[in-house]
Formats: sequence, structure tokens, C-alpha cells
Amino acid sequence: MSSNKTKLRFLPCGDSAVTVEFSKEMSESVNRQIRYVAAALTEGGVKGISECVPTFCSLTVYYDPFRISAKKIQRKIESVMAGYKETDGQTKRVFMIPVCYQGEHAPDLADVCTLTGLTKEEVIKIHTGTDYLIYMLGFLPGFPYLGGMDKRIEAPRLDSPRTTIPVGAVGIGGKQTGIYPLASPGGWRLIGRTPVKVYDPERENPIVYRAGDYIRFYSITEEEFAAIAAKGGSEIEMREETT
Amino acid sequence: MTNMKVLAPGPLSTVQDAGRFGYMSTGFSPSGAMDPTAMRVANLLVGNLPGEGVIEMTMMGMTVTFDGTAVIALTGADMQAYLNDEEDAMPTYTAIEVHKGDTVKMGAAQKGMRGYLAVAGGFDLPLVMGSLSTNLKCGLGGFQGRKLKAGDVLALRQEVDLAMLGQRKTVAENNYPKAATVRVVLGPQEDFFTQKGIDTFLGTWYTVSGQSDRMGVRLEGEKIENKNGVDIISDGIATGAVQIPASGTPIIMMADRQTTGGYAKIATVISADLQLMAQAAPGTRLRFVAVSEKEAVSLKKEEEHRLKQMEYGFYSVR
Repeated sequence: MSSNKTKLRFLPCGDSAVTVEFSKEMSESVNRQIRYVAAALTEGGVKGISECVPTFCSLTVYYDPFRISAKKIQRKIESVMAGYKETDGQTKRVFMIPVCYQGEHAPDLADVCTLTGLTKEEVIKIHTGTDYLIYMLGFLPGFPYLGGMDKRIEAPRLDSPRTTIPVGAVGIGGKQTGIYPLASPGGWRLIGRTPVKVYDPERENPIVYRAGDYIRFYSITEEEFAAIAAKGGSEIEMREETT
Repeated sequence: MTNMKVLAPGPLSTVQDAGRFGYMSTGFSPSGAMDPTAMRVANLLVGNLPGEGVIEMTMMGMTVTFDGTAVIALTGADMQAYLNDEEDAMPTYTAIEVHKGDTVKMGAAQKGMRGYLAVAGGFDLPLVMGSLSTNLKCGLGGFQGRKLKAGDVLALRQEVDLAMLGQRKTVAENNYPKAATVRVVLGPQEDFFTQKGIDTFLGTWYTVSGQSDRMGVRLEGEKIENKNGVDIISDGIATGAVQIPASGTPIIMMADRQTTGGYAKIATVISADLQLMAQAAPGTRLRFVAVSEKEAVSLKKEEEHRLKQMEYGFYSVR
């Protein structure tokens, strides 16, 4: 698997940013390519490049046009991609997110059961049974756009969005699932809530995960929720596993 | 050390600096001054580094009082500031010394939208994730993560007087027009729009809506025709991106924008014209003209050169 005939498109975003489109369709493979290039540009410390924002199919590169030109960035990215190979057996970072799928923490779980024809236990089993790839972060600080949710638990968004969704709420919106890192309005169906802070401005690393990492949900009781919340919820377990 | 106490905050006054960078990939808006040029000039006038934290005031200024000596400068929109009960308004774009008990009272912006207040030495506030900018959505940075309110006391980092600094003033650049031409670079998604749509965008006048805020400047006017809808697979949003949602009228994405979004962006306002966008009050008429990326960079260079000259000028006066 080393065919990298990816045709990159360079889309100008004014005089200080460029969006590099890798594909018109999202996939884990495209996401790996984007991550590879982002790492080469940021960790490699290319002079003049200030930030890279990975999204589903593209990478937006912010730069100082007095120090590097858009042309030069294009050539750099093309040469990085020329050396790209798909490899197996990479390590992945999995963030373990405890979720209480009970009582007041799961206001829409009963509706999701009705919509999907599954029992509560089945929805929980399916939702906790997948490692979700973080394709990108956006919308809110630390809001992960996750791929890989099982079709069986897909459920449409609410007809009218809630004006406030509590911090830590875990929801399903159509084909997607995610965590609300901040209290915010939103239309997803809430099936649980995590007591850990995926966004914590007091923590050295306010957002622990990044695009390319995985999230694994596991079920906890209301008592466990209260216990973790009482301790502050700043610590999040991360496991390194080989794919 | 001198403190500045807020007696009346105005509708939206926040601490802002050059922005919070390095966190966009985790979803943090860069925040920062909407008009980076006015912020920078305010800082230069009081001898600060160009990206020091200042107060950005929206449409209406604040009333503040000082309990010691300080040097301040007001730039951006002229908010008719009065020192104590003096008859003449304070000059803008000028370093001014204030003393214990002095009150500076500002009113409504005469022209433009946003005024900036810088103090020599800066405000003594903690950096959050490398920046003093207030991120209102997250409630972080600036002064306790929120807009200023009456009774707030901001400590200054050091006491500076004009004798230490030297007299500094520059030409006021705040004669903001009621109608202006804004330069853009087409893209990233101009191919989502028909030729007719692009002609509409570049050929008609738009009016700034009262719904505008630090996230985006919303425009009213003719709808821009798209080919097959404006939904894209979410990608990054640069400052100045001209997003065209399903309604068909442009929103210029500014400092508090989301970092990513799912609407096509027909063009991006060039860096040199962001100050024009930041100062465009509701009712201002705008039209867009396309320039090349190369032109945009050389205009940014001219702007940079001008500001550097100003900075050197201040030092040579001393």
C-alpha cells in the first residue's frame, strides 16, 4: 500500500494562509497523510510557518509572508509528500474517556433507544465498542470530530437545539458522536456525560488530544462520575497501542 | 504602582493583544485586537512592544480614573475623550500623561467602530496560553476572561512618565470612510460560485449589518449565486475569510471566528485592509476588488514599513 498519487490542491487564503486539499473525500488514509505533513511542517520547524490546522480533507497552513512564500510552502509540502509511505504497525494514542450513561446524565438515551430499536445496554455496548479517530478539532476548543461511529446507533439531531448543553456532555448527531468541551448551545442527542475535563485551561496542556489520536469511551456509574468530578477531572488516561 | 479603575465600561471593552497563536489546531480562536494596526500604533505611542495588551472598546468608550502617574494613548475610532473637566477633547494618536485622581471620560465613536487605549508599561495581567487577549467564549485571558465592568481595577506593570518616554504623537489615522473599497484575494473556494455570483460579489455595494461582532462582519446586499450549494467538508478559516452561507450574503470572519467551518469561502480580505473591516460601523458601504496574492503581500510590506518608520521616528526623537 504505497500508492501516493495524491493530487494536492493549493487554495490561497489571502496573503498569510493557504489551505492544502489532499482529497475531496475523508478517510483514515487521507487523515494520516495530512497528519504526516502537519508534523513535518511544525515539528521540523519550517521557518516562517506559524501554525497548521488539520481538517477532514485538508491542512490550513498559516505563515509569515515576509519569511516564506506560498510557492515555497507548496514546494516543501510536495517534497514531504513525495517521501510519504503508508505503513502498518504504527502506535496510536488512545484517550480513555469515562462516560456515565445513566439518569440525568443521559437525557436523550431513551429517545435514541426508540429511534434505533435498541435497548439501553445495547446502545452503551455499541458506543463504547469502537475506537474513534479524531479527524479534526474545531467548532469549540477541544471539540473532536470523530469518525467511525457504528451505523446502528445513528440518530438524527434534535428538531430544536438546546440553548445550553452542559460541559462534558456526550452526544450523537446523525452519523457523528462527540464530547462538548464547554457549555454551549447544540442540537445533538445527549446519551451520557463525562466527568473528565477534555478542555482545562488550568492544565499545562489545555487540550490533551490532537487530530490523529483516538478516543475510547467506557461506561461508569453515577457514583464513579461523582467521585471523578470531585477530584477535579483533570487527569485523562492515555494508552499507547500498536495498530 | 498606578492602577486604572473602570468607572463606566462601555458596551464591550476587553483586553486584547496581537492574538493567541499556536492553539488553532485544537479549536481556539486566535482572538486579539480586531484592528491590529490601531493596537500596534497605540502601543508604539506609549513605548510598549507592538503586541502588548491594550483595551479594545466597541462603539462607546469607557470612563476610567487613575490613582497615580501613567502615560496613555488612544487610537482607532475617536471616542471624544475628555480629561477631567477640560473643555477640549483629548487628542488621539498622542502620548498623554495622566496623574493621580485624573478621570478620562469617553463617549461614542465619532467615526469607525473600535477605539484602543494603551498604557505605558502595559497592564499587569497574567498571560494565558501565551496571550493577554480575552477569549469571551471560553472565558479566558484578558481581565478574568470577561469584558470589563464598572469597579474593575487594572494594575499597571510599571510607573512611566512622559519625561522617561519622550513626547510621542503621530497623524491620526481615524478618518474612517462611510464607503470604502476592500481588497481581497479570491479563494479558497471561489470555484463553488458561478461567474454571475463572483461578478455580484466584486461588482455591487454591500452594507455592514448591525449583527456584526468580533466573530464576523455581516454584510447585507445582493445574494451571491453558487453552483451546487455552499456546503463544503469543514476546513480551516483564515482571518478575513469571506464566507458565503446559504443565505448568500457575505460574512467576513474576524478575530473570534471559529477555527474551522463548513461554508464555502469566496475570497479573503488582505491583511492591509483588516483594519478597514474592523472599523466598519453598521451602515458602512463596502465593495470588493480582487488583487493577486503577490500584491496583497507587497501592500502588507508597505504597511509594515510605514509602522516601522513610525517606531524608529519615536526613538530618534528621544
